Amino acid sequence: MTALLYILLAIVIAVAIWQVASILKLKGVIATEKDNNTQGVLFAVFGIFFYGLMIFCFVKYSSILLPDAASVEGERYDTLYAVTMILILVVQAITQFLLFYFAFKYRGVNGRKALFYADSHKLEMIWTIIPAVVLAGLVLYGLSVWIDVMDASDAEDPLIVEVYAKQFQWEARYAGEDNELGLANVRNIKGINTMGVDMTDKNALDDIPTRELHLPKGRKVIFKFRSQDVLHSAFMPHFRAQMNCVPGMVTQFAFTPSLTTEEMRLNEKTITKVNNINKIRTEKGEDPYEFDYLLLCNKICGSSHYNMQMKIVVEEESQFNTWLNSQKTMAQVVQ
Amino acid sequence: MSDHHHKETFITKYVFSTDHKMISKQYLVTGIFMGVIGVFMSMLFRLQIAWPEKSFSIIEAFLGHHQDGGVMSPDIYLAIVTIHGTIMVFFVLTAGLSGTFSNLLIPLQIGARDMASGFLNMVSYWLFFLSSIIMVISLFVEAGPASAGWTIYPPLSALPQAIPGSGMGMTLWLISMAIFIASSLMGALNYIVTVLNLRTVGMKMTRLPLTIWAFFVTAIIGVVSFPVLLSAALLLIFDRSFGTSFYLSDIFIQGEVLHYQGGSPVLFEHLFWFLGHPEVYIVILPAMGIVSEVIACNSRKPIFGYRAMIGSIIAIAFLSTIVWGHHMFVSGMNPFLGSVFTFTTLLIAIPSAVKAFNWITTMWKGNIQMNTAMLFSIGFVSTFISGGLTGIVLGDSALDINVHDTYFVVAHFHLVMGVSAIYGMFAGVYHWFPKMYGRMMNKTLGYWHFWITVVAAYGVFFPMHFVGLAGLPRRYYSNTAFPLFDDVADVNIVITMFAIMGGAAQIIFLANFFISIYKGKKATQNPWKANTLEWTTPIEHVHGNWPGKIPEVHRWAYDYSKPGQEEDYVTQITPLKEGEEES
Repeated sequence: MTALLYILLAIVIAVAIWQVASILKLKGVIATEKDNNTQGVLFAVFGIFFYGLMIFCFVKYSSILLPDAASVEGERYDTLYAVTMILILVVQAITQFLLFYFAFKYRGVNGRKALFYADSHKLEMIWTIIPAVVLAGLVLYGLSVWIDVMDASDAEDPLIVEVYAKQFQWEARYAGEDNELGLANVRNIKGINTMGVDMTDKNALDDIPTRELHLPKGRKVIFKFRSQDVLHSAFMPHFRAQMNCVPGMVTQFAFTPSLTTEEMRLNEKTITKVNNINKIRTEKGEDPYEFDYLLLCNKICGSSHYNMQMKIVVEEESQFNTWLNSQKTMAQVVQ
Repeated sequence: MSDHHHKETFITKYVFSTDHKMISKQYLVTGIFMGVIGVFMSMLFRLQIAWPEKSFSIIEAFLGHHQDGGVMSPDIYLAIVTIHGTIMVFFVLTAGLSGTFSNLLIPLQIGARDMASGFLNMVSYWLFFLSSIIMVISLFVEAGPASAGWTIYPPLSALPQAIPGSGMGMTLWLISMAIFIASSLMGALNYIVTVLNLRTVGMKMTRLPLTIWAFFVTAIIGVVSFPVLLSAALLLIFDRSFGTSFYLSDIFIQGEVLHYQGGSPVLFEHLFWFLGHPEVYIVILPAMGIVSEVIACNSRKPIFGYRAMIGSIIAIAFLSTIVWGHHMFVSGMNPFLGSVFTFTTLLIAIPSAVKAFNWITTMWKGNIQMNTAMLFSIGFVSTFISGGLTGIVLGDSALDINVHDTYFVVAHFHLVMGVSAIYGMFAGVYHWFPKMYGRMMNKTLGYWHFWITVVAAYGVFFPMHFVGLAGLPRRYYSNTAFPLFDDVADVNIVITMFAIMGGAAQIIFLANFFISIYKGKKATQNPWKANTLEWTTPIEHVHGNWPGKIPEVHRWAYDYSKPGQEEDYVTQITPLKEGEEES
């Protein structure tokens, strides 16, 4: 593929030089009937290339796409996405066909007169009302998903986790036994208290700071995001989750993990994707890769923006509790 | 305009000219110059994205101390991405496109001797020139130019501790943009006043070509939204230099707590996008106007649904000012606001769909003349549809969550407002080159230019959607830190190859453009057999446009192939025949 492109590139540059060099000999300025014919046919050919490219991309690149959603909310996201995408592709296929077909079919012929057709209220009503109705449906469907995802107020016994961003690192803080995060402000940052937790707040004492994000399967997790310096964005693509971390304010996002890391590793799409990646890594002589959920930074934040990540582990609730209990609380850490 | 016979010196004719035709050419050439820089930058960062660890002599040659052995540094990568965006959006597609064609066509197509204020017009250009110079100078700052992304979100853009580009580089960026905004406002006010007051006898608003409608409405959105960016920039300057806290609060950086308290970056995002979103329509509407004109003329058919086209321009313009929040679905603003912005955003799809269908219907049963301008206009409709449709994904708050700030967004906006607007600009240049320079551009080179560009552009941006859907965030210097994205590397190489191909094709355009200015075939008065007024002026430019009286207008601009007429076009100055009905 790459070799082919190298050749294409060379041809293009050669053509460019050849054509530019002969510009003084080229005299044509206005399209003749012959040009209309050639260019019209070229549009038909391009139409074929266009559909070819679309199909090629869908076939060849479907393997790089994200695997199935790993959260309950993400599953709704995926369905909405599929519905929208099908709709878009249908419209794309039809309109582009008409465009290229008309360019080919109605290419100019000397002496022919075009149809004088300036207006049709009926047609215009059709293509105002149909998009309006379809979009109204999409808006309603989309908003129902949006409200469902963004509103975590009715969650029963959610897990509260703070995700804390700084150049170029993530930290996390679990709310502990009282399930309530202690107050925090960057002005309290001192030594080991890297998140600026207010140790005079009694809710803070049982909070648990960690460098890895563990989540229990099947329990709603409410994330509270903070940043200490610039904007960051907590992006967890496998869960279809993203929220900016804004200095000076706390933002929120929630989802319920539905597949543990182990289960996701056994997912068919994940296996294909990991195999592809490992084929590439073997060729380059790199260590094999094992799938893990990730939290990435998705808002430009400085030099190492491209390497600001944290591993996410989803496990069964009992395993999760064991892990959490083995972590030190703020009170223990600060002492 | 009584003074249009006085003697002109070189300086008043070519440098400090108040003639709209000369100013238009100045805008175009400056825009092309900035465009070359902007496109060249994209080539550099595409090399980095495709081959993150490889050494390139071209990078070594151009990036000075910002590279190490032919590999660019992460900071300069972000800087180049930032300046590429700034230059392309503002300097090429706002000033270069709108400045060129509004200036050239508004007086010529409405039948005016010049802009309402020739002096203001001249000042507008020279402020644009000055801002371009400052932006170019900022590239040579020791610590590198602005590098917080073209959206310059604080705190990153406010704190030099956060990224080196936020020092002197950012200061120059802000100064350059402030001057740019002043220039753009002067231009826009001039366009509005000219269109409203200086139309010739018979040129009713409902007889204006769609180009003028597009430029007119664009100018209005510019006047409404650009001042907001200026205030956003001013407050940012205050935060940066005078210690205020409009956008900053609770910041701990490099081991120290800063004094800022109570501000919010979200405020900046609101102010920025209040301009930022209308801005994309400031870019695309003039291109739409040009394309409407070129498609009708070359299809030899009236534009389909003239009044609906005007209505949709106005609808798009109105809606464009109430959709900015769709850039902020995951910014932390209230989710209810997100719902409202989803609703208004998807509404825009309706007038956009009307436009697309009307262009396609205009071609139906036409007698299409495949001039280069027409090819680019067809290309415009194609990319506008492809890019517009993915807007339905991004405009839907729920779906935006997972594609926000990924390459899916990059692919979307490049197709819908980047490539499309550039196509519109090319269409305009090929179509009105004879009016600007009295000579014709070569068609063979035009065809090569178009076909290579169109294949390359889809080759770049179609696969890019998939990179985004794989979850790859934009503005990553390299993906090597994530084995998860190892399988995206190949796609990135393909994209870069097509990008270089597309970039190389622009050399054909540059050669055609500059050689044709001097050596092109002499133009005839109305080479495309068009109806609009500009083709009734003499080929040699005269100050005041028409040597004698300004002609009177008797009909709309789209009487192509009208039954009962001998020719397949009827200029706007042709009186109605007896018994002929106005369309």
